[in-house]
Amino acid sequence: MALAKDVHKELYYKMLLTREFELTAAKLFTQGKVHGTAHFCIGEEATGVGVSSALENEDLITQTHRGHNQGIGKNMDINRMMAEFLGKETGYCKGKGGCMHIADFSVGSLGANGIVGGGIPIATGAALSQKYRKSENITVCYFGDGAVNEGSFHESLNLASVWKLPIIYVVTNNQYGMSMHVQQSMNIDDISIRASSYGMKGIKLDGNDVVTIYEETKKAKEYVKKNGPMLMVLDTYRWMGHSKSDAQIYREKDEVEMWKEKCPIKRHKEYLLEKKIFSEKELDKMQEDAAGEVKKALEFAENSPEPKIENIFDDLYA
Amino acid sequence: MREITYAQAINEAMSEEMRKDDTIIFLGEDIGIYGGAFGVSRGMFEEFGPERVLDTPISELAITGAAAGAAMTGLRPIVEIMFSDFLTLAMEPLVNQAAKNRFQFGGQGMVPMVLRAPGGSGTGAAAQHSQSLEAWVAHVPGLKVVIPSTPYDAKGLLKSAIRDNNPVVFLEQKLLYRVKGPVPEVGDDYTIPLGVADVKREGKDLTIITYGRMVGRCLSIAQQFAANKEADIEVIDIRTLTPLDKETLINSAKKTGKVLVVHEAVQTGGYGGELVSTIVESEAFFYLDAPVKRLGGLDVPIPYNPQLEAQVVPTEEKITKAIRELM
Repeated sequence: MALAKDVHKELYYKMLLTREFELTAAKLFTQGKVHGTAHFCIGEEATGVGVSSALENEDLITQTHRGHNQGIGKNMDINRMMAEFLGKETGYCKGKGGCMHIADFSVGSLGANGIVGGGIPIATGAALSQKYRKSENITVCYFGDGAVNEGSFHESLNLASVWKLPIIYVVTNNQYGMSMHVQQSMNIDDISIRASSYGMKGIKLDGNDVVTIYEETKKAKEYVKKNGPMLMVLDTYRWMGHSKSDAQIYREKDEVEMWKEKCPIKRHKEYLLEKKIFSEKELDKMQEDAAGEVKKALEFAENSPEPKIENIFDDLYA
Repeated sequence: MREITYAQAINEAMSEEMRKDDTIIFLGEDIGIYGGAFGVSRGMFEEFGPERVLDTPISELAITGAAAGAAMTGLRPIVEIMFSDFLTLAMEPLVNQAAKNRFQFGGQGMVPMVLRAPGGSGTGAAAQHSQSLEAWVAHVPGLKVVIPSTPYDAKGLLKSAIRDNNPVVFLEQKLLYRVKGPVPEVGDDYTIPLGVADVKREGKDLTIITYGRMVGRCLSIAQQFAANKEADIEVIDIRTLTPLDKETLINSAKKTGKVLVVHEAVQTGGYGGELVSTIVESEAFFYLDAPVKRLGGLDVPIPYNPQLEAQVVPTEEKITKAIRELM
């Protein structure tokens, strides 16, 4: 069944918002305005936006260090995201976490993680909690291709399968774990086959096809509520370097250009025009709006106060 | 007062809390029908069923992380790690996730979980099943660390740990599991607050600061010194490493002017260094009659042979000698 027009708008707009957010954040680096590091998801927008948008507010997610799309998909406030990025008091973590640790419990985000695979057991426990409370909601656990070689992946998927937990494990396969290509880090072409060793269903999708990702997540949600966990692999590509200090000497420019042709935003735009769901003018307006919203977020962040050392022990213990 | 074992006291603390609060779940390896590797959870599976007493695969990392995730979403999990040596397998979720989440998320969420694990040597279990790793976890802001030395303390402290809204590492002592002591009747809902040291024996000539299995050993030595009219020794059981009740330690040092710190854990980098610093950095320094002394385990892994094993931790002879040197 075709998606409703407002769903298309939501998906397209959130991808634009993510792209604008990342481009603005990257620019802040070149201007020397950022203290720490950041990991950009340009080129991967469809993954987190497609999956998170298919969830309800009460569904839970754990995010990755490259997960701005996952948070925006879950309706996080980009003002507070940008403020956290700049380490401000008004940020999601009051400036103490930075963008590797943004979280918004009010929209169901249990936080991004700086440890590869670190969120996998956490999400598994959240799903255990949902099952124990007989909740109708599920958990989505995001991680990358690098994390599937961590012990936490193996232990957690096995545990979730044994306990039949309502969780979708979503792998954003962007082809690289920092500098190592997936073909060097594992001897399989399709990560989803790993699901079989846990007695779990595994599927692989085109990670740049936001419409399919959204539809398959809706189905997966119903599936995991009835049957227990599932592994969903989304093949995509990381356009930028691993982090701000990456000279990218390990890959060819042609490869990057080839994937840029498969841009998830461009692809959705062509679909929307071809199916006459939106006009070129309407889509341009969305682009303008997204840019405007991110500009406002930056103003909010830049005008926000710095956190104070007097409050350093706040929130260490509950 | 009735007498029960340290293991029974821990069982009662968990069971009584679980009867009152159905958000408490209990996870661990062989804690179900088997009743736990040391029999601590005997009867709990039968009483609370498989939904609340969850036997897990051998996956310390995943169960500790899952407990943190469950704690962040409304439950109050208790995790049993079979031997505290296996904390090494659970450090990532404990140290990077559970301890830091509330702080790094700007106060969003909390992680009310208890990780129980038995430590200590003396059972012939050798190097990988006998360590005392409390200094590792006491070094991590965001965690609380408890080591009870008696059945009474074990029950009262564990109840507080379960009710606490933070991750608490509750380190039990294998050799104390079968030791009996007075504990109020079931239903007498006493608790012992975290962060309050206990003066197990009052004295005026010298202070021993210790915890865990060494409390009993130091008490019996103190009694011998008293019986011989040689010295009146005060024995303080810190009970919780984090938070640490510095005031009680400092006041005792000011009173006696002589301090010996004793623990079973390897001396170098051990928590004893922190206890010594607590005294010498305080005003108690000006009351000291001698340098503060510490006595920890030898800087070696725990060996298998029983004679060797007994000699690598502070023995009665070594503690007695240290006391005489201070006097």
